Amino acid sequence: MAKPMEQIKWQELEPGAIVTEVGNAREYHTGSWRSARPVVNSDGCIRCGVCWLFCPDAAIIRAADGHFEADLTYCKGCGICARECPTGCITMVAEEEE
Amino acid sequence: MGRKRKGIEVSLAIADAVGQANADVIAAYPITPQTHIVEHLSELVANGELDAEFVPVESEHSAMSVCCGSSAVGARTFTSTSSQGLALMSEIFFIASSMRLPMVMALANRSLSGPLSIWNDHTDTMMVRDAGWIHVFVENGQDAYDHMFWAFRVGEDPNVLLPVAVNFDGFILTHVIEPIEYEEDETIKRYLPEFRLKNALHPDRPVSMGCFAMPEIYTEAQMAREDGVTNAYPTIIKAWEEWGNITGRQYHPIETYRADDADYCIVTMGSYGETAMEVVDTLREEGEKVGVVKIRLWRPFPFDEFQGAVLGKKALIVIDRAISFGGPGGPVASELRSALYKKEGAPVIVNYIAGLAGRDVSRNDFRNIILEGKAKAESGDTEGFILYGLRG
Repeated sequence: MAKPMEQIKWQELEPGAIVTEVGNAREYHTGSWRSARPVVNSDGCIRCGVCWLFCPDAAIIRAADGHFEADLTYCKGCGICARECPTGCITMVAEEEE
Repeated sequence: MGRKRKGIEVSLAIADAVGQANADVIAAYPITPQTHIVEHLSELVANGELDAEFVPVESEHSAMSVCCGSSAVGARTFTSTSSQGLALMSEIFFIASSMRLPMVMALANRSLSGPLSIWNDHTDTMMVRDAGWIHVFVENGQDAYDHMFWAFRVGEDPNVLLPVAVNFDGFILTHVIEPIEYEEDETIKRYLPEFRLKNALHPDRPVSMGCFAMPEIYTEAQMAREDGVTNAYPTIIKAWEEWGNITGRQYHPIETYRADDADYCIVTMGSYGETAMEVVDTLREEGEKVGVVKIRLWRPFPFDEFQGAVLGKKALIVIDRAISFGGPGGPVASELRSALYKKEGAPVIVNYIAGLAGRDVSRNDFRNIILEGKAKAESGDTEGFILYGLRG
């Protein structure tokens, strides 16, 4: 984003608050919502991509070796990947309270 | 060639004006008393007389949604509704203004259910008073015809970019036949430039409209919206001035009749101004120092012009056609009281609520309201409101 949201003045908004910068939803780090994180046991991962397909937030990324893992900057911890994984290699682990 | 004077139903004249304004998209659902407007527009499109898309939607919610989409690509957009139709639109109605999408609505004012009623009052429009649209109230058929062009011109102005509601009384205006002076198409072309929306949706230049806003930015977005409505004012005035120069018909945000030396003024919106003027003429002959103040521009509210017109008067007798249940009475009177609060020379306000669901308010009723209101003001009985003609 050209400027962090909390610094934008009202006069700087486009009419109708339309967003002209493509893809700036990336700046919104929804990972802070999470109370549990998916932990992938990569030995059990058959690289089928079901977690990647089901993730409602496109927060599953493919690692260099081909297996899948959560992008914790965006993962909200909904647990759908763990539920859908056909081999059961994804476990939801509670985030520790700070 | 020249101007043509036609004896025509006001609804049909409004539709003809939308045609002359060369609207690109019309999306509307028929509802009494607005039906003749959209019926006539669908005829104009079907007969090839108007090159526009007429979208026969399945509900008013869809009508307003289509209007948002068509305005977003830069198409000149028109819709019309009343009462329950407006209520069904209301979700998207607020979104049109927040996204700064120009469009024109002919809002044939009708009472809201319940009890179910098809007749005229202002309860529908007061529901969307705070929705961020420009609201104007017209008084007669000529006024309604003229304001279609004015509304497109104001709303589509790059300095404004807002939807505009032209309010006119259901049945009292929609179904009456009046002599109306039609302007030449060439005149309209000169007055109404093509609609060019800077940020219109286009594959070459992707933008996101109607985004989610976090608490960090929502307040700023609302301030931008407030600024947009308030600062539409100079464009509104300029568009009236130019229309007046072209046609000789002058319009102002606040209009007065025999009010300059009046001690007591009746305040009206919409078609009631016509009857009020006649009654004031009669009362003047009887020696009463009374006048009329008509509110034409409702949003943005013309505070300076209103104060200029009424400061120094003894009392205003304000006719509302809606009620705020459990509140201060009518929405117009409560707004005017607030506009005058702590102003030097502020008149007292006596608030009548009359004409609900089309109950007739005759010349004699106006006379009673003015004289009784005057007596109440003189005796200091100005609290609350009076439901005129109420039995029991």
